[in-house]
Amino acid sequence: MNIIVCIKQVPDTTNIKINPETNTLIRTGVESIINPFDMYALEEGLRLKEKHGGTVIVLSMGPPQVEQALREAISLGIDEAYLLSDRAFAGADTLATAYTLAAGIKKLGGADIILMGRQAIDGDTGQVGPGVAENLKLPHITDIRKIEEIDDGGNITVERMLEDGYLRLRTKLPVLLTVVKEINEPRLPSLKGKMAARKKEITTWIEEDLQVESDRIGLTGSPTQVMKIFTPPKPSGGKIFQGEIKEMVTQLITELRNAGIALGGRKEANGND
Amino acid sequence: MNYFLTEDQQMIKDLAARIAKEKIEPVAAEYDESEEFPHEIVEVLAKSDLFRVFIPEEYDGLGGGIFELSLVVEELSKACGGISLAYAASALGTIPIMLFGSEEQKKKYLPRLASGEILAAFALTEPDAGSDAAAVKTRATLENDHYIINGTKQWITNGGEAFIYTVIALTDPTRGVRGTSAILVEKGTPGFDFGKKENKMGIRGSTTRELIFQDARVPKENIVGRNGGGFLVAMKTFDQSRPGVAAQAVGIAAGALDKAVAYAHERHQFGKPISSFQAIQFMLADMATQVEAARALTYQAARTIDAGAKNVAKISAMAKVFASDVAMKVTTDAVQVFGGYGYMKEYPVEKMMRDAKITQIYEGTNQIQREIIGLQLIREVVKKKG
Amino acid sequence: METIRVIPDLCTGCRLCLKVCTYDAIDMIEKKAVINEKCTICGACVDVCKVDAILITRRFFKGQDTSAYSGISIYAEHHNCKLASVVPEIIGAARQLKKDLGKNISAILLGNKVKPLAEELISYGVDEVWLIDDPLIGDYAEDVQSDLVAQILVEKKPEIFLGGGTIMGRSLLPRAAAKILTGLTADCTELDIDDKNKLLRQTRPAFGGNIMATILCDKHRPQMATVRHKVMSEADKIEGYQGKIIDMAHIPIPEPTIEVLEFIREEGETVNLAEADFIVSGGRGLKDPKNFYLIEELAHELRGAVGASRAAVDAGWIPYSHQVGQTGKTVNPTIYVACGISGAIQHLAGMKSSDIIIAINSDSNAPIFDVAHYGIVGNLFEVIPEVVTQLKG
Repeated sequence: MNIIVCIKQVPDTTNIKINPETNTLIRTGVESIINPFDMYALEEGLRLKEKHGGTVIVLSMGPPQVEQALREAISLGIDEAYLLSDRAFAGADTLATAYTLAAGIKKLGGADIILMGRQAIDGDTGQVGPGVAENLKLPHITDIRKIEEIDDGGNITVERMLEDGYLRLRTKLPVLLTVVKEINEPRLPSLKGKMAARKKEITTWIEEDLQVESDRIGLTGSPTQVMKIFTPPKPSGGKIFQGEIKEMVTQLITELRNAGIALGGRKEANGND
Repeated sequence: MNYFLTEDQQMIKDLAARIAKEKIEPVAAEYDESEEFPHEIVEVLAKSDLFRVFIPEEYDGLGGGIFELSLVVEELSKACGGISLAYAASALGTIPIMLFGSEEQKKKYLPRLASGEILAAFALTEPDAGSDAAAVKTRATLENDHYIINGTKQWITNGGEAFIYTVIALTDPTRGVRGTSAILVEKGTPGFDFGKKENKMGIRGSTTRELIFQDARVPKENIVGRNGGGFLVAMKTFDQSRPGVAAQAVGIAAGALDKAVAYAHERHQFGKPISSFQAIQFMLADMATQVEAARALTYQAARTIDAGAKNVAKISAMAKVFASDVAMKVTTDAVQVFGGYGYMKEYPVEKMMRDAKITQIYEGTNQIQREIIGLQLIREVVKKKG
Repeated sequence: METIRVIPDLCTGCRLCLKVCTYDAIDMIEKKAVINEKCTICGACVDVCKVDAILITRRFFKGQDTSAYSGISIYAEHHNCKLASVVPEIIGAARQLKKDLGKNISAILLGNKVKPLAEELISYGVDEVWLIDDPLIGDYAEDVQSDLVAQILVEKKPEIFLGGGTIMGRSLLPRAAAKILTGLTADCTELDIDDKNKLLRQTRPAFGGNIMATILCDKHRPQMATVRHKVMSEADKIEGYQGKIIDMAHIPIPEPTIEVLEFIREEGETVNLAEADFIVSGGRGLKDPKNFYLIEELAHELRGAVGASRAAVDAGWIPYSHQVGQTGKTVNPTIYVACGISGAIQHLAGMKSSDIIIAINSDSNAPIFDVAHYGIVGNLFEVIPEVVTQLKG
């Protein structure tokens, strides 16, 4: 079984703090890590290989420092690593990224299963997976919490997480899957793996190595652009409501909604649920 | 703090630290309570290749030495001095095979120990033979091609969980200390049984059991080193394993120090964090200095052994005695810094104090260690004069 | 060709750009800012530069003739013959956009026996429902639906297309966007129209919610966005609103590539305290173990986890695994609601790094109010049910 896992190197956003004076992100001391959801994809790829045999390849798009993330993946037991790196790829939105990654996968000859995490913790979009699948004309399923089985006929049965339960789905390989944390417990690297990772050769491909149109990659190939970035207004602390209960609660909920907090809950509207 | 480690050493230390933090720390209190053997942790250590660290490459090891072993033991002990013992005690049981084992014995056991598939243990102590190690009574009588072993060993770490045991037994009672031999006994050997699990003050995440030999038969090829060389095997083994115990002590102390410093920063009395009071600052300063000194001495001993020095008894005894005394002092002080909360089981430091105590006792009591050092000093003077 | 560079003559060396860059992509070389290869062209530095010394030049691949696109369209997600609860929210957002743009609202409705939903959509203020009602279109058949959505969008040419930020929406819309080569912004918390260029301004959180980004899709159509659930206000129904149902049955339905075997409902899923975004905790103020149901109810409503102070755990009201504090768990949620918890230091140690702390306590002097971002001084037995009621809508 041939598996390709796409990973992204991201800043560790769980440790990011805002400078209260300038209202900007404090970037010092923020580590670059493998996107946490992608760790689960790597683990699933390794488990599939242990069960069905074959190879697991890790692929990523980014600047040269992404090599560090790829070596980390190798230390877990990944067989080969490929990096798509070129100034021309920079500034890509999810459409351009999906296009470029798909080109990399095509050059690798495709795979039986393409895995990635459900979303990256910096962009938080979850859009690259479906985009890559479309470029490769493969079926895709997001939010996979379990791969139930893969039979000899190449049929794969999976469990896909939904808000209020899960779906059991079946399709034929090849397929692209994005995974959620419920799917497995990622392994720690081994010392032998880390030593091998140091020496392993990582193949880097630039624009010329891929079959891509230059107006579909990077900033040029991105229909969406960031107009501005700002830090959300933080509640400044200590807003105590007193008085009539109904009013207090209404005020509180309004304030929270205005601060952009999604107060996720079950709606009983229209007899749902 | 830079300890000038090589890239490989740093990698080993970092991985051990990560396992300690992610896997051991969350369950330390639980194992302290239940006294269950930490199988899941041993599995993680095995999968991460940590058992390979101090075993030669030709036996599937990574070719590191006592220094690398000490790095691992220290990091794991920061999270739990008891759970780390499953690893450290297995190392203790592996060292005799590495130092004195025949090629067949090494080929048979070292790869399996390196992969973590099996664990080892070292069996010297008996009810009447503690510091007086020469007073062992367990008999191994040669009968044709087998040794028949009778007797009991006491307080053996990994007892019942380990597969391979290096047992120091009396093969020739007429020759006193020179009548002992080291013999390998596998778990499952008929006549080899285990007593109940001991209920201990500390290191409760480690398993300590009696070994019971009743006409246990092992092939005579199982002797490690030469006949009559049992004591030598034991002494040389301890020479090499002492930095490991020292490292365990350093780890326990360092873990307690970290908790104490963090707590002193959070705990407010008289309107301030208690870390702003000199009384506390001075305690913490002394604790930190002691830990650093213990670590330096431990590293020195380990490096000296790995460099192949002939006479390592003194330096390794110094590391063990100093680090374990430091661990006892630092953990006690840590409880003091925590005040009333430190005495409560809900907070982590009382466990560390209970864990630290054993490091002053086993693998040669600190009194024995001082004797070793004293004798060595005298020998050196005599040599100079002579 | 450089797509981003610093104009050295204008650069004052103030380093504001360096401070705001999260990718470590700016170096100071001889007191001038220089952008290195780690740059992802996010534009944060351009925003912050006071002397406009940073220049981004953009080249776009061929976009559509945007003037041919008109109207606001939405994806009407539904399951088991009921509209998804996010749909009225999307329509509410669309109606706001309609005010600024003056264009009609349409809804794409695909499924089997879904025609009754078309009427409901219209009652929310939808002007046209583009309907394909066919047994071949399953509720969860994303592969079929994304293809049909793409085909409809190409044919009908709305300038804006919105979907719900649900699991399905965030999978279906990107697939459709990739089919028709347009831009999609995920999980928007704010949508509005730019006065000057009439573009849809799509604002959404990024970096784990630490920053907000406003995105534009300038030259490609439709401008697509998914809308975060439970943020925007729902549209009210409009009595007697007139709308058209337009049958799109002429569009060929593709073969499904994914078989839906079954849907299994799971209720009462326990949320992991350590990872939860929302935590509701109960303390001594609950007075009795049976009152913990209030905490559970609110937590359930917020899809969050249940926590407790040490007092509640010691009293045996709830297992130790829920304890938050110095000797319990340390948590880091977006919202921490402390109910009937006084706010002892030991408890604060476990939750003080929460993004927003809300305290509900009848004692206005309780120390918890010193650290809370919002506090309600009141009887929790009345306040909590009121919160649950208002959240339910």
